[in-house]
Amino acid sequence: MTRETFDRELKKLNERILRLGNAVEEDILKTAVALKERDMRTSREMIAVDEWVNTQRIEIMMAAFTLIATQQPTGPDMRALAATIEIAGELERIHDYVKGIGKISLKLSETALPVSSAEMILQMAATTSVMLQQALDAFAANDAAAARAIPAQDDEVDELYRQISYDLATMVIQDNAAYENVNLVQWAVHNLERSADRVINICEWVVYKAVGKYVEMDSEYEAPATLPSH
Amino acid sequence: MTLNLYSGNGRLAVEAKEMSVYYGDFRAVKEVSLQVPQKAITALIGPSGCGKSTVLRSFNRMNDLVPTARVQGAILYHGNNIYADNVDPVEIRRRIGMVFQKPNPFSKSIYENVAWGARINGYKGSMDDLVESSLRQAALWDEVKDKLDQSGFSLSGGQQQRLCIARTIAVRPEIILMDEPTSALDPVATLKIEDLIQELKKEYTIIIVTHNMQQAARASDYTAFFNMDADRAGYLVEFNETNDIFTNPAHELTEQYITGRFG
Repeated sequence: MTRETFDRELKKLNERILRLGNAVEEDILKTAVALKERDMRTSREMIAVDEWVNTQRIEIMMAAFTLIATQQPTGPDMRALAATIEIAGELERIHDYVKGIGKISLKLSETALPVSSAEMILQMAATTSVMLQQALDAFAANDAAAARAIPAQDDEVDELYRQISYDLATMVIQDNAAYENVNLVQWAVHNLERSADRVINICEWVVYKAVGKYVEMDSEYEAPATLPSH
Repeated sequence: MTLNLYSGNGRLAVEAKEMSVYYGDFRAVKEVSLQVPQKAITALIGPSGCGKSTVLRSFNRMNDLVPTARVQGAILYHGNNIYADNVDPVEIRRRIGMVFQKPNPFSKSIYENVAWGARINGYKGSMDDLVESSLRQAALWDEVKDKLDQSGFSLSGGQQQRLCIARTIAVRPEIILMDEPTSALDPVATLKIEDLIQELKKEYTIIIVTHNMQQAARASDYTAFFNMDADRAGYLVEFNETNDIFTNPAHELTEQYITGRFG
C-alpha cells in the first residue's frame, strides 16, 4: 500500500468533520433549549461560538484544497474530499441557523413562549439533532444504506413545523399585539426546519462519497429496497 | 454498464476482438476485446508489464517487426481483420500512424522530415502546401516557418515530438497511435502536446499509451485500464469514459490503480 501521506491527511480531515459535526449537533439542541428556557447566557454562547464553526469550515476546505492540488486524488479519494468540502459547508450553514435562533432568543422580550409550541420546538430540535448524529455516523462508516434511511425522519420535522406555525398564527389572530414575538418564534422554527433539510444534503454527500452516485433525497424520498451495487 | 461511444461521432475506429499476443511461448496479452471510438482520444493505462504498449502496437501490426511475435484473435479495421493474409502491413501503418516515446526525427531538414512520408507514398499535390498544413496541424508552423531547411535535430525535444507528429499527419492517416509521447518531455512541452492532441481529435482517432495517469485523466475521452495477471499476461480490466474511470471506477483493481494504491 502506498499513499500513506494522503490516507493520513484524509483521516485527519474526517476526524475534523466529525468533531465539527458533533459540536453543531449539540448546539442545535442547546440553542432550542435556551430559547425555550429564556437562557440568555447560552443563547449568547451560541452566537459567539459560530465564529469558531466558520473558522473550522474554512480550515477544512483549505486543507481539502491543498490535498487536491498536491495529491491529485481520484475515484473514492476525490469523492471523499468533495463530500468533505460540501459537508463542512452544510455544517457551517446549519450553525448559522443555530446562531440565528440565539439572536432571536435575545430579541424576544421576557415573555415566555406559548407552552405547546415550546415543547414542539424542542422536539423538532431533538429530531434534527439525532438526524445529524446519524448522518455523521453514516459518514464515518461510509455507509450509504444508513445515509439513505435518514431523510424519512424529516417528515416528523416538517409536521411539527406545520403544527407550530398553525399555533403561532392562532396566537396572532387572538392577540394582534403578539405579532412581533410570534414572528420571531416563527423564524426560529423555520431555522430548525431548514437545518433538517441541510442534514438531508449531508446524507446525499455521504451516499456520493460511498458509492459515487449523487441522489437527491427530499423528505418524501424512500430508500430503495436494494441499493445499486458498487 | 452501457458505454456511451457517442462523444466522438458514434463510430468505431478500430476494434480488438479476443486478441492475444505471444512472444514465442510467452503470452504477453490475453483475450483483449476493445472498441475504440472514432475521432476521440482513448488512453491505455496500467502498471508496467500490463501489455498496454503491446496492445497499442498490435493496432498497426508494429509487432510484426518482432520475429517471435504472434497475434491471435482479430483487429477489425473498416470491418476487416488487419492480420488477414491479404493485408499489406505497410498500408495499415500508413493509415494507422505511430508516434513514439522519444522524438525520432530523421537527420534531414525540418521540411524533408515532413515531406518524406508523403513522398514515398507517391503524394502528387503541392509539397509546400502539405508541409505547411501538417506543421500547422502539429502546432509547430509558427516556430519553424523561417528555418524549414534546418535540421530536425536543431529543435527542442518538444518541438521534435511535434515535428514527428507533423510527419505522421502528412500521410493523412485515420488513426494515430502514441506510445508515451511525452515521457521524454518537460512539463510545458508535455502540456503543448496534450493541447495539440485535443485539436487533432477533430480529424483523427488518437490512441495513447501513458503511464502518467493524470495525463490520461486530463487528455483523454476514454480510458482502458490493463493489468498483469498471475501468469504475467496483460489483460483488459475496464474500459469506460475517462470521467467515470477517474471518479467512479467500476472495478476494484481500477480503483486501486487510479488512487495510487498499487502499480
